[in-house]
Amino acid sequence: MKFTWFHLMPWPHMPDDFREKHRSVWVDLPSKMYEPERGHGIYHQYLDQLEFAESVGFDGIGVNEHHANAYGLMPSPNIMAATLTRRTSKAALVVLGNSIALYNPPLRVAEEFAMLDVLSGGRLVAGFPVGTSMDTNYAYGTIPALTREKYAEAHDLIRKAWAADEPFAFNGRYTKLRYVNCWPKPIQRPAPPIFIPGGGSVETYDFCLDNTYSYSYLSYSGYLRAKLLMEGYWKRVAERKTDESPYRAGFAQVICVADTDAEAERLYGPHVNYFYNRCLHVYPGFADAPGYRTIKTIQTGALSQFTQAAARDYPNMTWKDLVDGRYIIAGSPETVRQQMEELIKSLRVGNVFCLMHIGDMPDDKVRHSTKLFAEKVMPHLRNLWPDWNNHDDRFWVHPMNERVSLKVAAE
Amino acid sequence: MKSRFLTLKPSGARLQVVEAGKGKDLLYLHGAGGHMPNDPLLAALASKYRVVAPLLPGYGQSTGEDGVRDMLDVTLHALDVLEALKLKKPIVVGHSMGGMIAAEMAAIAHTEIAKLCLLAPAGLWLDDHPIADIFSKLPYELPGLLFHDREAGQKLLTSGVNMEDPEFLKEFLVMNARRLGMAGKILFPIPDRGLAQRLYRITAKTLIVWGREDVLIPPVYGDAFKRAISKSRLVRIAKAGHAVGQERPAVVLKAIREFF
Repeated sequence: MKFTWFHLMPWPHMPDDFREKHRSVWVDLPSKMYEPERGHGIYHQYLDQLEFAESVGFDGIGVNEHHANAYGLMPSPNIMAATLTRRTSKAALVVLGNSIALYNPPLRVAEEFAMLDVLSGGRLVAGFPVGTSMDTNYAYGTIPALTREKYAEAHDLIRKAWAADEPFAFNGRYTKLRYVNCWPKPIQRPAPPIFIPGGGSVETYDFCLDNTYSYSYLSYSGYLRAKLLMEGYWKRVAERKTDESPYRAGFAQVICVADTDAEAERLYGPHVNYFYNRCLHVYPGFADAPGYRTIKTIQTGALSQFTQAAARDYPNMTWKDLVDGRYIIAGSPETVRQQMEELIKSLRVGNVFCLMHIGDMPDDKVRHSTKLFAEKVMPHLRNLWPDWNNHDDRFWVHPMNERVSLKVAAE
Repeated sequence: MKSRFLTLKPSGARLQVVEAGKGKDLLYLHGAGGHMPNDPLLAALASKYRVVAPLLPGYGQSTGEDGVRDMLDVTLHALDVLEALKLKKPIVVGHSMGGMIAAEMAAIAHTEIAKLCLLAPAGLWLDDHPIADIFSKLPYELPGLLFHDREAGQKLLTSGVNMEDPEFLKEFLVMNARRLGMAGKILFPIPDRGLAQRLYRITAKTLIVWGREDVLIPPVYGDAFKRAISKSRLVRIAKAGHAVGQERPAVVLKAIREFF
């Protein structure tokens, strides 16, 4: 098993009447709510937490890209990952990822990911998301129905740029470059391991299988509701007659650990509430621009996680509802261990993206929960895929052997 | 109203063409929402003209949207359709997005289009008068955006459909994604693809019609079109919103008959 400690970096100071005063946490939320001087401390606290996660033994630390929102304050995850290259030495840097259709030219992603891989000594996991509709269409203006074609072309360019040893010409529909010449190149050859965040479209299953990429389902509604979607993925894997390595898949999960189940509710309840009711408060009109998803995907009935969130009655859901419905995995180390084991086995995932900073959770609680998970839960989950020796070389990083020594936090 | 089908070469796009009425040829290009159920404007126009109303790829039963990506693709597609329909010097009428396409056709192929009628066309952008973002609107917001009389508009939009039927709703999601997905190629995120710099090329006799209560594309845009098209006349219609033709079909028909 590989455990990645994942940070969304939300804005933790949305007011109590946020839902009443604002229709959306994304796209048209006035930026005057953001206070830069407070933001200074928050960014550093969040980065400290990612470094702390390495020090207690997480395999990876993760960041991602979002725009025009208070849900996740990383328009450029690469800047965050760059700071982490100098303050960590062991963990994989999981950038999940860069919305490649948004970069002009998308070669920028090939270059910056190569920089991160070189800086970190080959510790980069490269994520290529399409991006949410809020980010890609509404905040960044990409035409919804052309988003996927643009994405596919960008992917093609990036992989060719990493593979080529000589300059070449790229005549795409959206990007035309006479001289593609990627300096620097990544340490990991031919490419860092690549993770694709997906939301249930068959096209994405095939894209992952064609390219040996790991399919990552990022959802906030928990593993029970994810089962149907992941079964669809594994069915496709079986149809394609490829191997069924659990590392072909990953899942994101909100996790809270305390000494007892009751203590978990007392410590984390308010922050979980903040997350589900403020961070996920997306105006339904922004959740899924017409044309963003393919007709085939709509016909399968799969909804984006933000459309699902809008359809759910989070304001009226109690801690008990969220725990019993397994939206979140929360409780004592033993409770969390049992449910994590169920998650990992039932979804057949080799990667878990652990969401342990939740909403407006203060630093001491984040570290408490993280430490308990690392010490009392994670060791019991390490050996769940013995047939695969608990590792699949194709889906994890290959750090170089002789790295320069840095004075880093974790050492 | 009857539909026939037209297959374009070489793309193979198969187009649904609604036809009705007798008289002089009139080509009608619909807006981003497509035809309304029992479209009152088409019915009014068909009382005096031979109305030919092709549906853009992605609308109704028309296919071929994957091969149409930008404004030039859409304009050339519409000119190909016009040619394939073999109409005789038609009045080219376009509403909203259809007006934008009609204006582009008349600018690019100005020798082929002599009579042009633009009903609250899209295609221009004035910073002081931003046009509402139709793509992020929820279904219940549309009647107020399209009609002066919101309740009557609501009835027009949903006549003959059962919004409670889950099968209908699923179909509606697919239909909406197809047509607004297509519309987004020329309207998202800002409905401006450079038409302003081409309007001077229009030589057609042009009637511009605007609802005085249009809250989607405010009437001030009518003045901008009028200034930019040399042989044009602007008619403002009272008690009408953006769907001016559907809300005031008889008045719009009268304006067209008087002008051409």
